[in-house]
Amino acid sequence: MTSYRHHPDRIAALVQDDRVHRDLYLSEEIFALEQEHLFANTWVYLGHASQVPEPGDFVAQEIAGRPLLMVRQPDGAVHVLYNRCAHKGTQLVTDECGNTGRFFRCPYHAWTYKLDGAPLGVPLKNGYEGTQLKACESGQGLSVVRHVKVYRDFVFVRLAGTGPSFEDYFGEVLGAIDNMVDRSPEDKLTVGGGVLRNIVHCNWKMYLENINDTVHPMSTHESATKAAEALWEGHAPSDPKPMAMEQILPFGSGYEFFDKMGGRVFANGHSVLGVNFSIHSNYAQLPEYEAAMRAAHGEERATEILQRSPQNSVFYPSLSVKGSPQAIRVIRPLAANRTLVEAWSFRAAGAPALLFERALSYNRLVFSPMSVVAHDDVHLFESIQQGLRAGGNEWVSLHRNFDVAELGQSTLTTNGTNELLMRNQFRAWAKSMLAGMEAAA
Amino acid sequence: MSSDPRDFAAHEAALLDERRFDDWLALFTEDGHYWVPLLGAAQADPFSHNSLAYEDRLLLQLRVDRLKSPRAHSQHPPSHSQHVLQPSRIEEETNDAVHLRTPFLYIEARGESQILLTGTARHHLVRTPTGWAIRQKRIDLLNAARALPAIQLFI
Repeated sequence: MTSYRHHPDRIAALVQDDRVHRDLYLSEEIFALEQEHLFANTWVYLGHASQVPEPGDFVAQEIAGRPLLMVRQPDGAVHVLYNRCAHKGTQLVTDECGNTGRFFRCPYHAWTYKLDGAPLGVPLKNGYEGTQLKACESGQGLSVVRHVKVYRDFVFVRLAGTGPSFEDYFGEVLGAIDNMVDRSPEDKLTVGGGVLRNIVHCNWKMYLENINDTVHPMSTHESATKAAEALWEGHAPSDPKPMAMEQILPFGSGYEFFDKMGGRVFANGHSVLGVNFSIHSNYAQLPEYEAAMRAAHGEERATEILQRSPQNSVFYPSLSVKGSPQAIRVIRPLAANRTLVEAWSFRAAGAPALLFERALSYNRLVFSPMSVVAHDDVHLFESIQQGLRAGGNEWVSLHRNFDVAELGQSTLTTNGTNELLMRNQFRAWAKSMLAGMEAAA
Repeated sequence: MSSDPRDFAAHEAALLDERRFDDWLALFTEDGHYWVPLLGAAQADPFSHNSLAYEDRLLLQLRVDRLKSPRAHSQHPPSHSQHVLQPSRIEEETNDAVHLRTPFLYIEARGESQILLTGTARHHLVRTPTGWAIRQKRIDLLNAARALPAIQLFI
């Protein structure tokens, strides 16, 4: 296998206009370089501010192999610290979440820190007199992540010291978070119902590509959708469906449905699939909720918010949002061939319980390790991860609807089955991987 | 099957391990549910917190029918299960209902890989003219909230 470290030209050559090389999915060296560069240079989703409501609340989370802490401050701000004692490197907390009180205390030698990471105290203080401790990193408290953005309670970090601002990086795709939050008549979401965590034995990019793939449902999900259709046969189209049927049956829609739903790509790999409609568009209407939305946002704006119901909105490289049904997926790469996928559900303040029930139900049916829909997806991702090792063809095709005119464009609206949404991800991959690398090489 | 409800869990698990899914599904009452809470034994209900699975007969039927489809890609090769049960204990009993508690190991094997899950199965059984039926089968996994690979059959 080719060596990529110190060879940005070889990395760039993995992404061609209409196809990508298998090493993107298979190479452990590429994975290590992604951890160092791509996930440092991009804005990565860390968590939701509602996970840390009170001062001292923390969530521990690794991003790109770095252990981080999201912490609620006494003044209400959310800060992100490296979960590493300034002394020897002990992790300050090993629970995934909790409340640390008014300070962090290292369990090893009892060094203490304020909630913002500032040093508070060390035992045997006299032993440090006349030493260089205060002048070096170890004496200055916990390292903080400087580039943190809390956007409508969604917390993102950029680990690299330099790079695009949050607004420049995401641009118009932020409208997908706006739409999800605006679906609360009180403009407030809180994480609810826990998180479903899946280990999938495939490369993280494959998972993210599939979020934009509309040609697979008919064939991949045939076993589940045909079983659902057979069970529902004989019911009139107007019959109210059980929630599970309402959510599963649209997966069986034909190519024309997915093509017409439309897609839009943005600079830096982001995209919205289903700009016209989606598998979520025909959920039962809730008149009382809609009245609350009109009261909160006005007639026109409420209609606009509720009619916008994309299939998926990708915040490259770590987050996928479903405004309706108030669910997100977070993609956390573990190795070249192993990915953790989390599915979180939200409660929208001021909305009826049924909305939250939809989020729970959707995530359970579609994104649980015991999903009735995802087993076939997961099997095929794992199959691809093996299949790519076959010789004879080292390339993965992304040719569908390729048009040279798309090159160099940042925002484009297109048909829903266009592989442009994936090509756009890989162009961004190359850009974010190589940023800052060429100069060093 | 014996009329002693403590024999029920072993009988039910054997149907699953023999892939007799239709016979297994027939054990449920019309309003029966299969529930795998995400908080394991700590979870109070299936509505305020999510679950790995919370399924009524309609969804269980969908699962069973799906498994029969030649296009159930994830069943090439098929999964097989083995339940290793401790003896069931009766938690609660009335004239026509009983609550069983059965600690278990569950192994699901497919191709070269197998997964191991452990926990306690809790059956809420009701007496019917033809024997005991499942009103609810609840699976409290030891590690329910951790990251898991795909679980394809029925724990």
